[in-house]
Amino acid sequence: MSNDRPAGVDGILRYATAPGSSSFTEFVRSASPELLPRRLAEHASVPHGTTIVAATYADGVVMGGDRRATAGNLIAQRDIEKVFAADDYTLVGIAGAAGVAIEIVRLYQVELEHYEKIEGTQLTLDGKANRLATMVRGNLAEALQGLAVVPLFAGFDLDAPDPAAAGRIFSYDIAGGRYPEQYYHSVGSGSLFARGALKKLWRPGLDRAGAIRVAVESLYDAADDDSATGGPDITRGIYPVVMTATAGGAERVEQDELEAVVRAILADREARPGA
Amino acid sequence: MSMPFYASAEQIMRDRSEFARKGIARGRGVVVLTYADGVLFVAENASVALHKVSEIYDRIGFAGVGKYNEYENLRVAGIRLADLRGYSYDRRDVTARALANAYAQTLGTIFTEQQKPYEVEICVAEVGATPEADQLYRLTYDGTIVDEPQFLAMGGQAEALTNEVKGHFTPGLALREALAVAVRALGATGGTNGKPRELPATQLEVAVLDRTRGKRKFKRITGLALTELLPTAAATETVELPEPPADDANGDQPAG
Repeated sequence: MSNDRPAGVDGILRYATAPGSSSFTEFVRSASPELLPRRLAEHASVPHGTTIVAATYADGVVMGGDRRATAGNLIAQRDIEKVFAADDYTLVGIAGAAGVAIEIVRLYQVELEHYEKIEGTQLTLDGKANRLATMVRGNLAEALQGLAVVPLFAGFDLDAPDPAAAGRIFSYDIAGGRYPEQYYHSVGSGSLFARGALKKLWRPGLDRAGAIRVAVESLYDAADDDSATGGPDITRGIYPVVMTATAGGAERVEQDELEAVVRAILADREARPGA
Repeated sequence: MSMPFYASAEQIMRDRSEFARKGIARGRGVVVLTYADGVLFVAENASVALHKVSEIYDRIGFAGVGKYNEYENLRVAGIRLADLRGYSYDRRDVTARALANAYAQTLGTIFTEQQKPYEVEICVAEVGATPEADQLYRLTYDGTIVDEPQFLAMGGQAEALTNEVKGHFTPGLALREALAVAVRALGATGGTNGKPRELPATQLEVAVLDRTRGKRKFKRITGLALTELLPTAAATETVELPEPPADDANGDQPAG
């Protein structure tokens, strides 16, 4: 809790008696606003994260992000993680100022869990997507002013009538606009190249292995042409973060499996140097 | 009567205590006990929507008896406090001890300063990495906090309930046996003319803090899984079950 407010009686008593809402963000704004992500100073040079891709497949949805963070023309970090499980069935990836982006994801994760605990039930997938849009549009719009892009959100829709169409993707704009995307989507500085690759690689009804390969290969293409996106780093064993969301929950693809996928892609590319 | 109204502090506190106790005694009971894998909550509750037992945080659970709106207020406040602490520090920095202290302060303040005390009794439980690290805190309407080592019973006829549990409880019970102890105790009290009652799954709210689970240890046990675990129902109903008894795949579903 904040230092300017005595802990204990006044603190929790107020939480106990104020009816409030089920939103953690709204609660923090009234209880400890200093904990919320802040507006960046103009021209602040902070590490930036770059390309995120997401694609639907037969069991749900896959999301991947490269591992590079840049500060100007320098590489600030080689192994940053920009794709996260927001809760049991959803994934969120953010390209932009890394520190703020990670803080937003943390807040969003607590937001979803907070709602679930207070209400005793999960938000629907559309509810979660709208909640993220509200966060972007509301006070987070300020924090996001220094960012080039906003989140990419994907999840498994438990209420979907057809399980094969339960994997869904949403993109956002800086004003909080929320756009359901079909099939696949990409955000970030390398997204132009990733989307081109996805367009050629993605097929309806891909299986898990196929979807992971498509995600990693499109990130490879993004890294090929965008200097701010990092490619797979075999010497250091740094591979993209890839996560899936299915009826069984959200899980991260293991390092060993990714290494095999990356090596297969490199071997194929070696056979076709012009690709 | 021109005499100014006067009541001694003792009298006021006694009246308030009596008022709160009466309110709590009207409700059904809750039993919280440790078992081999963590902490088990068993509440007698016919409602599937209005919970007496709830998740607070990764390793922390909550149970309340008495007036619903009052312990619901405390439950929500606890979740807010825990989420705020976890967000500003780290998830591991959220402890049942800190939460129980905050509840004690709150209840104590309400008891002395407000028109009417809260007619509630609550339990804050934390599951540890080992059985020795499990913690149970009982908090009463006046802010009294008691650290109970192994089990506690609250609500109507709490004393009889406690004695029933005490008679059959041993540390390190398996889930099935621990549930049997709790359900038996709840059934043994509150019946007409002291007759034991049979409590079906629909009358029970059961949840565990299971140390073998992932990040969030709290899990509700409902429906088929609960029926299968209950002592009396198991023998007669497993025959009719359309599917094999609830297995691990069922248990691994996220809570809530």
